Amino acid sequence: MEIVQIVGFGLIAAVLVVLLKNQRPEIAVLLSVAAGVIIFLLVATKIKAVVDVLGDLADHAQVNSFYLATVLKIVGVAYIAEFGAQVCRDAGESAIAAKVEFAAKVLVMVLSLPIIAAIMESIIRLIP
Amino acid sequence: MNFDLVFKIAGIGILISVLNMVLKQAGKEEQAQLLTLGGVVVVLILVVQFIGQLFGLVKQVFNLY
Repeated sequence: MEIVQIVGFGLIAAVLVVLLKNQRPEIAVLLSVAAGVIIFLLVATKIKAVVDVLGDLADHAQVNSFYLATVLKIVGVAYIAEFGAQVCRDAGESAIAAKVEFAAKVLVMVLSLPIIAAIMESIIRLIP
Repeated sequence: MNFDLVFKIAGIGILISVLNMVLKQAGKEEQAQLLTLGGVVVVLILVVQFIGQLFGLVKQVFNLY
């Protein structure tokens, strides 16, 4: 079961970060970033499988693949932004974290514009 | 999976903090600062490569771009 492996690794990383916190805070932040990256690498193959299954279901239901691709892009952007914002917040820089999240919201809005346009068109078509 | 990166970074951090104490005892303050800088640069190089790998993987998984 990978979850046991992941939790064990997370605890060890947390202890190491606390160990380094008071002498070398900068290396502690880098250590927590490295731990976060390792945990994602462990889970990435599973996420890839889920994404592939979603793609197959969408094709099976004749859903336009553009919409699913956009949703996946938004999820990807959101994940990276969340990763960066949490690292900045851990390092005590909540102002930078807020800016990163603000930029992510703008990017997600830009990504979702085509879908919003498509929805508006279909609504206008419905109104007689 | 490669857990050793985290232990490598922790080892570097502990080594640097110990060496700093030794240098401070020996009265060589500026070398202690330079040592800290060198340690942070080494760790940063390791972690930045690793983050690059993460972002490449996220791009692949969510087929961004």
